[in-house]
Parts: sequence; C-alpha cells; structure tokens
Amino acid sequence: MNVATPPAKLQAKDYASDQEVRWCPGCGDYAIVRAMQVTMAELQADPSKTVFISGIGCAARFPYYMATYGFHTIHGRAAAIATGAKIANPELDIWVVGGDGDSLSIGGNHLLHVLRRNVNLQYLLFNNEIYGLTKGQYSPTSRVGTKSPSTPVGSVDNPVSPTLFALGCGARFVARGVDTNQKHLPEVFKRARSHIGASFVEIFQNCIVYNDGVYDYFTEKDAVADNQIMVEHGKPLLYGKDKQKGLRVKPGHFEIESVTIGENGITEADVLVHDETNKMLATMLCAMQPPALPMAIGVIYCNPGPTYDEGLAAQVTEAKRAGAKPSLNELLRKGPTWTIE
Amino acid sequence: MEGSTAVDKRQREEVEDVVVRFAGDSGDGVQITGGQFTLTTALAGNDLATFPDFPAEIRAPTGTTFGVSSFQIHFGSREIRTAGDQPDVLVAFNPAALKVHLKDVPKGGMIIADTGAFTDRNLKKAGFTTNPIEDNSLEGYRVLAIDITKNTLEAVKQFGLSQKEAVRCKNMWALGLVYWLYDRDRKQTGDWLTGRYGKRPEIANSNIAAMNAGHAYGETTELSGEQSYRVQPAKIKSGLYRTVTGIEGLAYGLVQGTQAADLPMTFAGYPITPASALLHTLSRLKAFDVVTFQAEDEIAACGAALGASYAGNLGVTASSGPGIALKMEAIGLAIGVELPLVIVNVQRAGPSTGMPTKTEQSDLYQSVYGRNADAPLAVVAARSPSDCFYTAIEAVRIATTFMTPVILLADGYMANASEPWEIPDVDTLPKFPVKFHTEKEGFHPFLRDDKTLARVWAKPGTPDLQHRIGGIEKNYNSGDISYEADNHQKMTDVRKNKIDGIANFIPEQEVEIGQAGGEIAVVGWGSTFGPISRAVTNMRAQGKDVSQIHLRHIWPMPKNLGALLKSYKKVIVPEMNTGQLITVLRDRYMVDCIGLNKVSGQPFKITEIEDGIRKQLG
Ligand code: SF4
Repeated sequence: MNVATPPAKLQAKDYASDQEVRWCPGCGDYAIVRAMQVTMAELQADPSKTVFISGIGCAARFPYYMATYGFHTIHGRAAAIATGAKIANPELDIWVVGGDGDSLSIGGNHLLHVLRRNVNLQYLLFNNEIYGLTKGQYSPTSRVGTKSPSTPVGSVDNPVSPTLFALGCGARFVARGVDTNQKHLPEVFKRARSHIGASFVEIFQNCIVYNDGVYDYFTEKDAVADNQIMVEHGKPLLYGKDKQKGLRVKPGHFEIESVTIGENGITEADVLVHDETNKMLATMLCAMQPPALPMAIGVIYCNPGPTYDEGLAAQVTEAKRAGAKPSLNELLRKGPTWTIE
Repeated sequence: MEGSTAVDKRQREEVEDVVVRFAGDSGDGVQITGGQFTLTTALAGNDLATFPDFPAEIRAPTGTTFGVSSFQIHFGSREIRTAGDQPDVLVAFNPAALKVHLKDVPKGGMIIADTGAFTDRNLKKAGFTTNPIEDNSLEGYRVLAIDITKNTLEAVKQFGLSQKEAVRCKNMWALGLVYWLYDRDRKQTGDWLTGRYGKRPEIANSNIAAMNAGHAYGETTELSGEQSYRVQPAKIKSGLYRTVTGIEGLAYGLVQGTQAADLPMTFAGYPITPASALLHTLSRLKAFDVVTFQAEDEIAACGAALGASYAGNLGVTASSGPGIALKMEAIGLAIGVELPLVIVNVQRAGPSTGMPTKTEQSDLYQSVYGRNADAPLAVVAARSPSDCFYTAIEAVRIATTFMTPVILLADGYMANASEPWEIPDVDTLPKFPVKFHTEKEGFHPFLRDDKTLARVWAKPGTPDLQHRIGGIEKNYNSGDISYEADNHQKMTDVRKNKIDGIANFIPEQEVEIGQAGGEIAVVGWGSTFGPISRAVTNMRAQGKDVSQIHLRHIWPMPKNLGALLKSYKKVIVPEMNTGQLITVLRDRYMVDCIGLNKVSGQPFKITEIEDGIRKQLG
C-alpha cells in the first residue's frame, strides 16, 4: 500500500514573500501582515488559490508581502476589481485590503456595492484616520478638529464610522480588530474567511508617523480593560478588569448603558448576551464610543445570506444545462434567414 | 393633389432602389414598423441598409418635434451601401413628424400623412399655424392624405380593443399600405405579430387586420390610380443570410472571439446610451460561457473586467465616450500590468452628454492618445453592422495574443442600424487559443515572448506560480517593483515596442475600391464606409480616378499605409468629427491630407462626399 507523504506543513514564514517591506518602522501594518501570515498557516491556506487585491495607500502595499497571488491596483477600485476576479473564478479565496481613504473616500461607492451584493470575499479596512502615503492629510474617518497639512486649523467635517457604514450597506459580516492584538486578530481573520459572503473587518491601525496614538484611549495597556469589550456570540457582554462591568438595555430607553455588577442590584442576568445575528444589536454595538461605552472588538455581526457570485454562477449553470453544448452557428441561424442562390 | 385625377389601374413600375422613412411619436411604433419592413424586404431578396433615429427622451410629450422617432430604410436590386440620402417616401404619423422630416424629402417625393393626427392641437404643438395638407405648402410632392387613424379603428372594430389599443394598430395599417406600394409579402409580419402577442390573440389579430386593411386600401380602393412599384431582388453573393445590427455583430463577435481564444468571457457594463444594448444582448448568452455583470459605475465595470482578466477570463467592458473617460485609469492599469482587456466604445455625439442618441466618430483621439503617461494600446474600428462581428474577433485576438487592452470603436449609427449578413460558418474561422503559463522553472510574471513581446499569463490558482503585480513600475527581469531609472526607460520602451509590433501581425492595408497610386484616395474609418464607398463608385463611374481606403486598424496602423497614402496625389479624409484621423495620419506619415468633416449627429450623405471629392478634382 502506498502511503502518500503529506505535504510539509506550511509555517507562518512560508506565507511571507521575499519582498523588502517598505512601511515606516513601527507602523501598525507590520503587525497586521504578521497576524495574516499566522492566520494563513493556521488555516494551511493554499497559497496558489489565495489572492490579495488592494487599491492605493500604505495599507495597499500589503499584497507585495504575502507569498500568495497579489494584485496592487488603483486608488479606491480594489473592491470592483476583486468582484470581477471572483466572478471569473469563484474558487479563488480573495482578500481585499484598503485604508480608510481608499475604502471610504475615493472607493466608497465600490465598498458599498461589494457589501450590498455580498460577494464572497474578505474586505479588510485598515483604519488609521489619516492619509499616510500622501503625507498626512485628514481622512474621512478623522475626527472633527484634526489638524493636518490640508486642515492646519483643524478639520470641520464629520467622520464616517466604517462599521456603521458597512451595516448600512447590508454587510452580513462585520468585525473589528486591533493591530497590536496578535492573539485576537488571527481569530477575527479566520472567522472572516469562514463566513460565506462579504466579510468586512475594520482594523484599528496606528500610523506612527502621521497619527500616532490616535487609538490610545482604548488600546493603551491601562485603557484596554475599561474601554474595550471583546464581543463573542452567546456570551454576556462583560468587560472591565474583573469583568465586573456589563452592557444592558437602559430601562425605558432604546439605548445601551454600562452597568456594574453588584451595584444597584445589578446581576449578570441583567447583562445582554451577544447575539451576532441581531443587526439592531450590532448597530448599537458599533455606535459605542469610549469613555461612556467601550469600543466593541470582535465579530459584531454575522448573519450569512445568498452570495452574488453563487447566484451568478447558478444562472450560468442553468443556462448551460438548458441545452446541449451551445453552438454559435445555430444561434446565428436562429430567426428569419433566407438563401440567395 | 397632383395626379389625383388619374383613375386607370396602373402597372407596377420597376425601380432600382428606394428610400422609405417612417416617422412619428416614440409611441407610434415607428421602430417596430421599420424593423418589420426591413425583415420583409430582406426576405424578398433586396439588399438594404437602415437608419433608426431616436429622440433622447424615452417618452417625450406626444406630438412635439423633439419627440419624433424615425426609421429609414434603403433597399434595392443593386448593392446598397447607405441608408440613403433622401427619402422617396415619407410616412408621417403626425404633424411633428412632417415638420421635422419634410426638408429631407425631394420635390416629387411621396408623403403619406395620417390626417387623423393632424388636429389643431397637434398642428400647434408641431409649430404649424395652418394645416400643411390643406394650404399649399406641400405643392410639388405626391401627397397621400389619408385618415389612417379612422381607417384603422374601422378595421379592428370587430376585435373589441380599447380605443387606445385600437389606435396603436395604425402603424400596421401604414405598413400594409407601404407593403402594397412595393409589392411586399405580408406573411412574415403576420407570423411575427401572432408570435409576439401570443397571449393576446385579439391584439395580434387586430394588427394583422389593420395591416391587411392598409394593403387593401392601396390595392382596391381610393389609390387605384396611384403608381405602385416593384423592386427586383438584388444580385447578392449566394449564401445563407440574416439581418444583423451592430450590437448583435459585436455580441456574436465577442462570443466567437472568446471561443477562438478558448476563454470564458466576463462582460461588465454600466447602463449608458447607446452601449447598454450590448450588455442586454450578452446577458442572454450565458450558455456560451459568458458572465455579465452590471456594475455600480463605469469605473467599476472596467475594474471588474480587468479583475476577470487577471483571474484568467477575458474581461470585456463597453460604454460610450463619457463612460470611456471614466474607465481610462483602469485601462492604464491594464497597460501597466499587461493584461488583456477589450473596451468597446459605441461612440455618440459629444462632448459631455452631447447628443446621446446621435452618432459621431469623435473619440479617436481619446482612444489613441487619451491617457496619462506613455500608455499605448491597440485600437480597431468597425465599419458596418456585420463588420462589428469580425472586428470584435480581431479585438479579442490582439488582446489575448499581445496581453494588452484593445479599444474597439463602433458608433451609435452602426449599433442600431441593420443590414443583410451572409452568415459565416464559425467553425471555419481561425482559432487562437490562449496558453496559460504553468512552468515553474525560471518563472517571473514579466517573462516575454521574443516575437510578440507579450508577457506570460499566469493566472491565480496555478500551483507554484504565486506572484504579485500592480501599477508600480516593474523590474524588467523579475517583475518586482522597481523605481530604477534605466529600468523604467526599458519598460516604457518595451510596452511601446510591443504595441508598435502588432503591425507585424495584422494584414497590410488594402485598397477597397480602385488601385494603389493615382489622383485621389478617400481614406476613412468606421461607419463612413457606406457613403464613401458609394461616392467613390459613383465618381469612378464618371471616369474619375478616385480610390477608397478604409482602416480597421487605427493603432498601430498597417505597415504599408504610409507608402500607400504617398502614392496618391491627394488624400481626402471624411470624418464625423473635426479632423482626428487626419491628425494621426499627418503625424505618422507627414502626408498632407484634406479633411471633409461633419458633426451634425447624422451620417454623411453620399452627395456630401461626392461634392468633397469633386472640389479636389478641380
Ligand atoms: S505613513 Fe503611517 S501608515 Fe503609512 S507606513 Fe508610515 S506609519 Fe504606516
């Protein structure tokens, strides 16, 4: 009996390309690419079937550093190009990578439609609230008052929330991760990949050069416990150093409030249990902002539905099934024809 | 009314060719009437060409001049090359149609007018102060003023349609009358009506009754004194024929091209007039390994097509000028990463929105020059509805052989027009199957073929060939990103040489009519083919030394073109733009060409080209 030698198990480093990484030293992107390589190894993903497609920006350099297929395209259009690739070959496992400007400014329309259509791919939005590659202008996610080369006395326009945008577009998988959380990020990536349909992941990414520390208020060591909540399906929404804080619906109001177990007669039974299939809950979780409420991290919404690529492929299969192998000669001769002698 | 006193039943007069124009409100069924007349005429063995002309508004207010839709057909017992300069017969379903089209009808021409629609209200809407049928303004024309509306209502009474539905049958009444006028068989239209209204036989029967009544009206009653005609079948090359529109030609050609390349097609489009019809047509051809995708915008359509090519299908996108402008950045990426892509431009009058339903050929600069940086690609142009088929195949061949985007230029005129087409046996057409790269040894994504300079096509999913490509300049020897000066020079050169080198793989330019060398060459591209060809034939019949050259390959141009052009004393270039091909020809070959330009949204008339040639003959 022949025993096939199993192919050597791929390590995280096997998913790293031979290209020299060109991000600024200390950039959050390093952590994300590392987490992705770990994810790939854990999944034993087939590098020849994995494709990273990106637009333009610091984040968009990502595909160059993965030892998979990669396509670094044009500003804002990665979602559209990825949609075409997925339609052409649904077997490919496609990851789109974009920054906040790429995804929500110039490419906002395409992000809207890739999520609405529910194309089966993963969309990773590296949010650093700034334009890095063009040297620090404020972005569509920058908070009001952001001082930048183009807004020297502070920006005046309201930022967009990537996750609320995604939910509004009809995304059926919405998650959040933090660049530095190397244990958690691969878990989020794995969930995103196993979700069938468009999976949207916002990653809080620190731009050490132009927007350093912009997320410190919930990612700093001392801030994490009280300002982040790790949401998990079926588990109570608890946070705080000793998990003594929880989220509940404020009695008599349609809003979420933070409570402390043991205070004012609050018990764990009062605390909401996370239901990732509940879009209303997901919307409220995405809207939470420290310090009043913690930043929700993890899989906030996951509610699979029919995908665009499957629907389209089914129509082609159906059309092919209807007749025998189609003949163009026959098609051209269908309908009125006449013969000239 | 001139000649109306004659009462003898006359013999049919033989005529060589005839131009009929139907005109009325968008809702009058003018296009359907024209389509049926076309098919019947084709089945009668005539050669023909058509020109459907629509208003831009979908349902313009009824009775207005800007809501007039028309359909012209030119048919004959000789070879027909254009839809005709002037109508011999104008069927005007309302005063507005008469107002818009009367100026094109020569004196002596026939005008069939539905007096039932010449109400005070409609006359006023069309801008008439008095009824042109009753005052003397139609003197010199043969006017058949008939209350078609009333006659139609009478004919369909027995079928119990609503007043509105009954009036709708009047186009078939008029068609029946024109069928009588030219001795056409009504069976084809009868069958078509039965099929079309299968679920509502009373509508089919009403329309057939209206058509028969119109025919009978001509044959037996009031018109028995009118001259009727016969047009003998044309001497056309023997074979099996059908009619084809430019859109059909493009769709079938793209299918044939992708089959010859052995690739599935991914077609991505965004609704735009007049290119959308290609999306509609291809979306019904899924069985031919065609996936169609209606994208969120023009940029996404081009992006998705490019993404599909990246994944190993042939990506195709289509639009008209403004949409092509939006696609241009993605086309630049396709040039940079050297992936095949076919971009169909169904040109229309511009700039900006311009006149979306009117034709023009003014996107040649955009195609050849319209990108940032040194970004060459191939450009081909179709000349007629049936030529769309062959040009589409050529576009696919160049795109896949040379790993390059190809712009295929058509225009609104040929897209909607139809002509008889000798149906090819596609099994005998050349094949050019794509060979994807699979060899790991020595692989990098920018390995090139020595002869074509095309890079290898290694598609995602191929084991062991993982690689990254992108818009950043690539190292010539590895495909890795490179900002090195010499390398950029080398890559820019190779991209240019690759496109220039396509000239070695396309046929030499032939002379369409006439010979190399001589007095005058008339050089054209696109849908001006018909009028130029007829004008040149006419001039030669008059003993003038005039030849016709018509380009399919706009970029790169055939290798012999420069020498060929220089062999004539004068070169005339008629174009439906202000002189774009002429710029390219002067730039390439230093030949001083003479422009003949028209930008009215209407195709050239034969006489306009003849006049232009005559002026140069001195
Ligand atoms: S500019 Fe900011 S986001 Fe860009 S590489 Fe540098 S640190 Fe990272």
